Amino acid sequence: MMLKAGGAPAYAYTGGHAFDSERPVAVFVHGAQHDHSVWALQTRYFAHHGLSVLAVDLPGHGRSAGPAKRSIAELADWVIALLDAANVQRAMLVGHSMGSLIALDTAARYPSRVSRLSLLATAFPMTVSDALLDAARDREPDAIDMVNQWSHSSIAAKPSSPGPGFWLHGSNQRLMERMAVRGEPQLFHTDFSACNEYADGLERAAALQCPVQILTGKRDAMTPPRASRALSDAMKHAGVQVETVMLDAGHALMSEQPDGTLAALFGFANRSA
Amino acid sequence: MGAGSHVVASSALYGGSHNLLHYTLRRFGIDTTFVPPHDPDAWRAAVQPNTRLLFGETLGNPGLDVLDIETIAEIAHANRVPLLVDSTFTTPYLLRPFDHGADFVYHSATKFLGGHGTTIGGVLVDGGTFDFTASTLFPEFTEPYDGFHGMVFAEESTVAPFLLRARREGLRDFGACLHPQAAWQLLQGIETLPLRMDRHVANTRKVVEFLLAHPAVEGVAYPELENHRDHALAKRLLPRGAGAVFSFDLRGDVAAARRFIESLTLFSHLANVGDARSLVIHPASTTHFRMDAAALAAAGIAPGRIRLSIGLEDPDDLIDDLKRGLKASQKSERSRA
Repeated sequence: MMLKAGGAPAYAYTGGHAFDSERPVAVFVHGAQHDHSVWALQTRYFAHHGLSVLAVDLPGHGRSAGPAKRSIAELADWVIALLDAANVQRAMLVGHSMGSLIALDTAARYPSRVSRLSLLATAFPMTVSDALLDAARDREPDAIDMVNQWSHSSIAAKPSSPGPGFWLHGSNQRLMERMAVRGEPQLFHTDFSACNEYADGLERAAALQCPVQILTGKRDAMTPPRASRALSDAMKHAGVQVETVMLDAGHALMSEQPDGTLAALFGFANRSA
Repeated sequence: MGAGSHVVASSALYGGSHNLLHYTLRRFGIDTTFVPPHDPDAWRAAVQPNTRLLFGETLGNPGLDVLDIETIAEIAHANRVPLLVDSTFTTPYLLRPFDHGADFVYHSATKFLGGHGTTIGGVLVDGGTFDFTASTLFPEFTEPYDGFHGMVFAEESTVAPFLLRARREGLRDFGACLHPQAAWQLLQGIETLPLRMDRHVANTRKVVEFLLAHPAVEGVAYPELENHRDHALAKRLLPRGAGAVFSFDLRGDVAAARRFIESLTLFSHLANVGDARSLVIHPASTTHFRMDAAALAAAGIAPGRIRLSIGLEDPDDLIDDLKRGLKASQKSERSRA
């Protein structure tokens, strides 16, 4: 579905079901160099089981117009603009990796707009090394190769391949390459810089007013489970209701453990507060 | 692609593929123009406003024409349509068509992938590079499909909408579903692919060398030979070898060819290729036996043309067997009697 967010064309996948703002809404926010399709295995189920789905393409990614936003705060403002455009007052926010920071920032700064918050493969600080930032800027294909490798655990490969008929490494590689072709120049570097420069995580975590779920991948080499601890500690300290789920997966939770991720998300979405 | 669409295909195709395009798909309203694989201008000229696919074989039938994948892919992409290649003869070990610009690849897995002539199956691979949303030519992917819950395949998957639709439609409507036992056997075959392909190629090179030097042989068509029209292209695209299936022309008539085949004991007389065992067939008396001499000549099939698929046996044994066959082929009917 095409919308206008902040005056620019913005795309959100609705899970193969017509969007209905009267139903409970779940907004899915992808990570760096990705688009809505990383949520393919979860969003369709949501949309056919009582919720309305907005799986966004962030500005400059996929079908949404650029330019890409430079900071997590700007991206959070954009999410609110998208909710306004879709006539959604309140929604569950789900974010992966960079998307988890966007969801966190949105939920903390716009508490009346967010009913629940699910953070997948999150970390604070979400530090990106200078070497990887430089690669993303100067050698984007190399950066894509590296991040693709680090994003998957051995679960993604034979014999345990959880996506029958699909090669998880290959699909993710092509998706990041497609973003490089369709998006704007230096998109990967822009995304990584936004993650690296985000300094408000703990403050935002303490300001949350909705229930939070943190989903980590036991084998995640990009944002290992311990990297989310500072956020969850800050939340707990502030009295925020937090549940943590650890799945046997790498950074690419949604494709390596599609059913486990779905069960955790859908259970959280339907839990009485 | 559906009724009213058009395909441009190489004329050097496996008979079954030619049949599908020339007869079966035509009945469903999909037309094909066949072009000589070596002629880029012919490919360009054959593209029509309703063309939706270009198709060729990495190594064509029967003369092992090498497809210039980069050039044909450029022509396809300039016309905003994808290139599909049949890579059965080369396998992923000898050639990776995606690296050269192909968008989709298929294999008869019955051949080298399975490797043992025991299991029928095929593989279709979406390289994830073709952007169906870049034009309005492919509503099958960019518009809702009522036949599958209104799914818009290109929204559902950014990089593999073709794969999604091929699985949903191909499996459900056309029944192209592999039996689990067959899938397991093919996967087991693939585990030894690199070992087998190296041996297939090494054996083939020895057999080709032997045949070239034999007085009963008029000529050998193998792209690694300098006199093959695609030798330079083969050197570039197929550095690990030009496969293990090739043809040669025997001195003599159809009867000589028959004597040759009937005298072989190690080669199996079969229309299959890509088996662990070496296989032989004589097109003029089998696959093309209804053609008279003039028709065979028009199709470029000499009466003494023999096709071999070289297996994994000891190459000296294969050469001994061929020696026996070649000797028998040159005896006259009278001396045999």
